[in-house]
Amino acid sequence: MHGYQLRAAFEESIGGTWPLNIGQVYTTLSRLERDGLVRPLAKSEEGQRPYEITDAGRADLAAWFTTPIGRTDRPRDELAIKLALALTTPGVDVPAVVQAQRSATMRTLQEYTRLKARADQPADLAWRLVLDAMLFQAEAEVRWLDHCEASLVRYSPPPLRVPQAAQETATEASRR
Amino acid sequence: MSILELHDVHRVHGSGPTAVHALRGVSLTVEEGELVAVMGPSGSGKSTLLNLAGGLDRPTKGEVVVDGTVLGGCSRRALAALRRRRIGYVFQDLNLLAALTAAENVALPLELDGARLHQTRRAALAALAEVDLDGYGQRFPDELSGGQQQRVAIARALIGERRLVLADEPTGALDSQTGDAVLRLLRSKVDAGAAGVLVTHEARHAGWADRVVFLRDGVIVDTSGPLDQPDALLAPPGGGR
Repeated sequence: MHGYQLRAAFEESIGGTWPLNIGQVYTTLSRLERDGLVRPLAKSEEGQRPYEITDAGRADLAAWFTTPIGRTDRPRDELAIKLALALTTPGVDVPAVVQAQRSATMRTLQEYTRLKARADQPADLAWRLVLDAMLFQAEAEVRWLDHCEASLVRYSPPPLRVPQAAQETATEASRR
Repeated sequence: MSILELHDVHRVHGSGPTAVHALRGVSLTVEEGELVAVMGPSGSGKSTLLNLAGGLDRPTKGEVVVDGTVLGGCSRRALAALRRRRIGYVFQDLNLLAALTAAENVALPLELDGARLHQTRRAALAALAEVDLDGYGQRFPDELSGGQQQRVAIARALIGERRLVLADEPTGALDSQTGDAVLRLLRSKVDAGAAGVLVTHEARHAGWADRVVFLRDGVIVDTSGPLDQPDALLAPPGGGR
């Protein structure tokens, strides 16, 4: 397959939830070629260069499928960090932060569900499972936010322990 | 056209210092073809809201209108008739009668309403077919799986000319696949011209709704939706690739 075919095949299986830049596809192909995982074939008449997977590439792919993805390989959770900071920053309405996020995440969930309602053919299974992954993630986030809210109700903030050196900067920031 | 309207509805249980304000001034309109989910922690007033909407309870203050009828102005008898004819209920505990077959359970609201037996029977079998339970009419509830029982309950809730469907955690303890099927069914019934209110604490179920209202201590604190056209979602962020 050449680059454009690869992109089309990829997007077909995940239903356009992750649009690929063709430049990205070619950079990835050249990296794979460098590592000996794919090899270029002769150019077609239309000037497209197809690639084929090598034995090393097949082994690598098989290993990828059989190795679970570690939690630490994923980007840090900005929302968790935001809430932690909101809780320790004076003057932030934390329940409001929680509700604003819940409402936004709920909306995302509604939108995914609507897409899912339309993907009803057996042929759509791959795409439906990708949608389900996003649905379950959004659901988990809402549940976590519910949990945060319930914890906040029982929470009384301890006196602030601000390191002496940081004290001045913090007061300055809160004045702004 | 709006099927359900709540106007500044209050509900106080008890009186004096021990009075509990279950709802404090809730206003909500649900249109034909619209499914609204109500989310909130226990004690936020979700079930009270549903009971008021279904005429199972009366507000302390405010007005409930179902399909053009002001419930507060109804006699007991008129209210009971409206509940039987216009409102369908799907509750967590399904309330299927164990001594009746699936078809008899589904036909019950029509029979209570005095319809002829052969009519109710035909309507019940059609309603069961609609929820993919063709040929299950003669089975008793304990001969059906949880998901099938739930679908019987939905068929019963939707039999006849029901305009308003009220569901309280309708997926109970069903697994996620079966639960999805129940919600999909509820969604399609609403799309076909009913109005629905779904009380749930499961975000993935609320995801089927057009609007989600968040209830806290008897007050609607936020609403998510209505949604954009779904195609807008598939456009890449920023508009270009």
